[in-house]
Amino acid sequence: MKYSYFPGCSLKGLGRAYEESLLPVMERLGVELVELDDWNCCGATAYMSVDEAMACVLAARNLAIAEKTGPHDLITPCAACYLVLNKTKHNIADYPEINATVQRALSNAHLSYSGKVPVRHPLDVLVNDIGLDVIKEKVVRPLKGLKVAPYYGCQVVRPYATFDDAWNPTTMDRLLATLGAEVVHFPLKTKCCGGSLTGTVPEAGLRLAYILLKEAVRRGADVMATVCPLCHFNLDAYHDQISRRWGPARIATVYITQLMGLAFGIPAEQLGLKRNMVPMKPLAAAATTV
Amino acid sequence: MMRIERTIKYEGDRVRGFAKEIMGVPGCEQLQSCIQCGTCSGTCPLSIYMDFSPRQVMALVRADFKNEVLRSHTVWLCASCYACTVECPRQIRITDIMYALKQRAIKEGIYPRRFPIPVLAKEFFEMVRRNGRITETLLVARLFLKTNWFAALGSWRQGLGLMRTGRLGVWPERIQRRAELAAMLSAAESGNGKPKETP
Repeated sequence: MKYSYFPGCSLKGLGRAYEESLLPVMERLGVELVELDDWNCCGATAYMSVDEAMACVLAARNLAIAEKTGPHDLITPCAACYLVLNKTKHNIADYPEINATVQRALSNAHLSYSGKVPVRHPLDVLVNDIGLDVIKEKVVRPLKGLKVAPYYGCQVVRPYATFDDAWNPTTMDRLLATLGAEVVHFPLKTKCCGGSLTGTVPEAGLRLAYILLKEAVRRGADVMATVCPLCHFNLDAYHDQISRRWGPARIATVYITQLMGLAFGIPAEQLGLKRNMVPMKPLAAAATTV
Repeated sequence: MMRIERTIKYEGDRVRGFAKEIMGVPGCEQLQSCIQCGTCSGTCPLSIYMDFSPRQVMALVRADFKNEVLRSHTVWLCASCYACTVECPRQIRITDIMYALKQRAIKEGIYPRRFPIPVLAKEFFEMVRRNGRITETLLVARLFLKTNWFAALGSWRQGLGLMRTGRLGVWPERIQRRAELAAMLSAAESGNGKPKETP
């Protein structure tokens, strides 16, 4: 199986552990990822806040490069990239004036876009293309006894995803169960983590992150699983400030791909687990408590 | 002491045509079918911090109260979680309307000067225009410089932690074909999806 791959800025920066774990896991599953040549930033929420047309053009350059790369679906692990690229596809398809601007801009760079490359999230690909049965075969070290709170965040499931429910998604739950983990019932699974407000308006943003952490602790989870670099950052890197404001809510947050890697028997040091500010307890300890 | 203030708006505060302009932005067409049910305000995780709730913003935009809306904190507190958009019984893309209002406020220079959110958006915009990519730590450093460098001092532990875990990039990320990107963005600069008018 072959896919084009758009990492996005976070996976090369603060969220590099996501890429460090995604690549070996996909390799184990026999999936080839071809990174887009000279990809640019998706624009995230910032470009949309400043100029709609430029936001679409910026994202469309990546879509055009993906079409040039090959007929394969494009995988985008970051939730913001996933949303922006899908939103741009919708905007180009639905609004002739946006399409005209994008096509004119692309022709300036000798690129073209016809809309034929689907933009997919790894969760979607893992569960619907590769399949849980294939994933199960690769599990050599089941995550037995590890209580995981599945946290999806907003932009992977809203508003463009068609592979799962906007409020009560279950793909990650099923994936975690396949890895042998104990899935904690976590009704806040699609509540906002605070987004960029954790940095800009901490009173409001950090409060949202705190609520998620506190609830995961209250429900007895050992670890939270995420699929977005910003969610991971908000839930991992602010414990200091959160506990100063509202008291401790200490729990590790890791990427779903890191948990998959552990279950596949890939050594922890090859999965970027040392990059966590709040480290996850070594698996052996979690497994022996059963 | 009880402060008595006018709580309703008058005809004279309206800026005629504003609602029509916003509804002309792609994604904002459905605003006219708002039934003021308040589902958006109920689902919004940030409405408790807002000066106008999302429902009130919908009503204010539709009634042409441009200045009230563009000066409000509400549009900047929207974290783009799309909860309201998915839940709206009238299929109004409320998040997109918030974006249209942010664009408008930045374009007209109507936003709180040292409020970090629009500053972040603008710094992000400029960094991508120059380099094609974002280096998160450099972006945050610029944000602190432009808004509240004092706050950076309170984050030193976080910075150390990120350095310790090897996540702090200080070398600017860049794409190779920056001229190509610049040519594309300048083609779009005529603004908001409308084709450039030929003189």
